[in-house]
Amino acid sequence: MSSERAKRTLTVVENRQLAAGVYDLRLRYRENEAPEQVIPGQFVGVYSRDSGRILPRPISICGWDPKTRTLRLVFRTVGAGTLEFSRCQPGETLDVLGILGNGYDLEKLAGKRVLLLGGGIGAPPLLGLAEAISEKNRALGAGQVTAVLGYRTNDLFLDREFAKAADVVIATDDGSAGFHGNVIEAVRSEKPAFDVICACGPLPMLRGVKALALERDCPCYLSLEERMACGVGACLGCVTKTAKVDGHSHVKNARICTEGPVFEAREVLI
Amino acid sequence: MDKNVHTDMSVSIAGVTFQNPVMTASGTFGSGMEYSDFVDLNRLGAVVTKGVSSVPWEGNPTPRVTEVPGGMLNAIGLQNPGIDVFIERDLAFLKQFDTRVIVNVCGHTVEEYLDVVERLADEKRVDMLEINVSCPNVKQGAIAFGTEADALFDITQRIKKVAKQPVIMKLTPNVTSIAEMAKAAEAGGADGISLINTITGMKIDVEKQKFVLANKTGGLSGPAIHPIAVRMVYEAHQAVQIPIIGMGGIASWQDAAELMLAGATAVAVGAMNFHTPDLTVKVADGLADYAARHGLSKIEDLIGAVQ
Ligand SMILES: Cc1cc2nc3c(=O)[nH]c(=O)nc-3n(C[C@H](O)[C@H](O)[C@H](O)COP(=O)(O)OP(=O)(O)OC[C@H]3O[C@@H](n4cnc5c(N)ncnc54)[C@H](O)[C@@H]3O)c2cc1C
Ligand SMILES: Cc1cc2nc3c(=O)[nH]c(=O)nc-3n(C[C@H](O)[C@H](O)[C@H](O)COP(=O)(O)O)c2cc1C
Ligand code: FES
Repeated sequence: MSSERAKRTLTVVENRQLAAGVYDLRLRYRENEAPEQVIPGQFVGVYSRDSGRILPRPISICGWDPKTRTLRLVFRTVGAGTLEFSRCQPGETLDVLGILGNGYDLEKLAGKRVLLLGGGIGAPPLLGLAEAISEKNRALGAGQVTAVLGYRTNDLFLDREFAKAADVVIATDDGSAGFHGNVIEAVRSEKPAFDVICACGPLPMLRGVKALALERDCPCYLSLEERMACGVGACLGCVTKTAKVDGHSHVKNARICTEGPVFEAREVLI
Repeated sequence: MDKNVHTDMSVSIAGVTFQNPVMTASGTFGSGMEYSDFVDLNRLGAVVTKGVSSVPWEGNPTPRVTEVPGGMLNAIGLQNPGIDVFIERDLAFLKQFDTRVIVNVCGHTVEEYLDVVERLADEKRVDMLEINVSCPNVKQGAIAFGTEADALFDITQRIKKVAKQPVIMKLTPNVTSIAEMAKAAEAGGADGISLINTITGMKIDVEKQKFVLANKTGGLSGPAIHPIAVRMVYEAHQAVQIPIIGMGGIASWQDAAELMLAGATAVAVGAMNFHTPDLTVKVADGLADYAARHGLSKIEDLIGAVQ
């Protein structure tokens, strides 16, 4: 077991298509190389096997099974790197940099009525979070998890797994399944009760989520994305504007890979 | 070839001895802290820190980085906390390690450079200064020092007057004649030069029909620029007597050996740290094996040895 960040070679144990262009990749650590702890909201950097593609692709952790040392990544193919990962077969290996970033603070979420807002490929990290919170809630005998998941069409993914850990509301852009509209509109229409919001998705959605949290005056944790190079806090490529002076460069620019990717909505100027 | 020879891996620049020739390229390794999970910093020839200025710099808007075939573009814009925090935190952190420290310095004006150089003058932990006169991502003019021989000569001379540590001038490849710039730095009194910094590039997203980087242009680094670095190190080595720290696209010990054969006394690993976080140590080990295999009694015999 190691708690340090490391670049490891993981073996593909399963790679399944969940929806058009969306893949569910399971990767196993070698014995003695598995991370000690994995927190929902953390991510890894997956390397291409093409030496011309030098940078790791940041992908959020959707699930982690310590017993089988298996990491679950759910991703959408957008370019050459993710296309290559989508074609990986069981038995092949991928180099992975991890475990990176700070996840959600489960202590602040357990026992509360938590609203999870996932837009498209932002949903996967929230699945691990929904499972972790509802497990804690069961032990506490308190709390509730509602997941509002937004998709473009009725080509849904992960929705049934969310349903095991949360009350699920589906929203689609084209109205072909569930609520017709985006996740924010779905929240306004369905009015789920909540004390705190956790969200992951495209920037325009996150801006809407922040506005909602300010309006309801509730805590809100956002998972941000930015282009990354090192993934470990060295290059200063991945910053987001912050309300207060950041701890690293003292200039109101926090590193998403290191101080994030999860931030309290009020801390970041998005 | 004597296979059992033990090579002295140390190199020296301006009277400072480095245990091996492998360093980190400024801006790709923070102050070492971020990579200390991956690399035993005691094994490096030197840690070359991220550029530091007299006051905090917030850098450029994002996106600041993107990948391109065989490399990457960056337009960080030299975000850094300024010299005060740097001394209190980063230099203090580096005190626990037994490796050389080279501090990379940036500024908008000569006065800003001098300010930082003076603040560092009495810092015992600083073995050497590297003056970045070549960052292509800062608008207010640092680049002019790096692309005009007279300006480079002048700033080198003025920095040398106040610096207590040896001064390395870091040159940009975005010039017509690297030899001329190397000579200007030497004439100004530089103790050494380092090259190459990044080559200005640009990437456009054809679907969105927009620049990928917020800054529009970014510095190209990584394996794609390695042959240019080899050529420029060679040309500079032919032109000046002062030692050279060679960098640009090092991805293996072979790339490092190539730069030394072209004329570099030491080498620095940059963007490829992002691909292989312990690459510096792998390059150092690979160079040592190579030197032994070639029967070198000292690695310095490799410098400029290309035929
Ligand atoms: C913290 C974090 C978590 C993420 N989690 C997931 C996830 O769970 N599932 C998922 O499908 N995607 C996720 N992404 C987005 C994912 O990183 C990109 O889709 C992926 O890097 C694209 O690589 P590519 O080679 O296919 O695309 P290309 O466009 O060919 O990539 C070119 C370069 O741009 C970078 N890049 C392109 N798009 C993005 C992006 N949106 N964000 C950051 N870098 C990008 C690539 O890493 C690469 O360096 C996450 C991004 C971040 C920052
Ligand atoms: C993300 C990034 C940040 C950099 N920041 C600095 C800097 O602060 N000062 C500097 O002199 N050079 C900086 N450089 C340039 C490198 O030190 C090096 O000269 C260049 O990248 C070529 O080496 P490489 O191809 O091995 O990366 C930076 C390069 C990168 C990729
Ligand atoms: S990606 Fe390098 S600092 Fe975040």
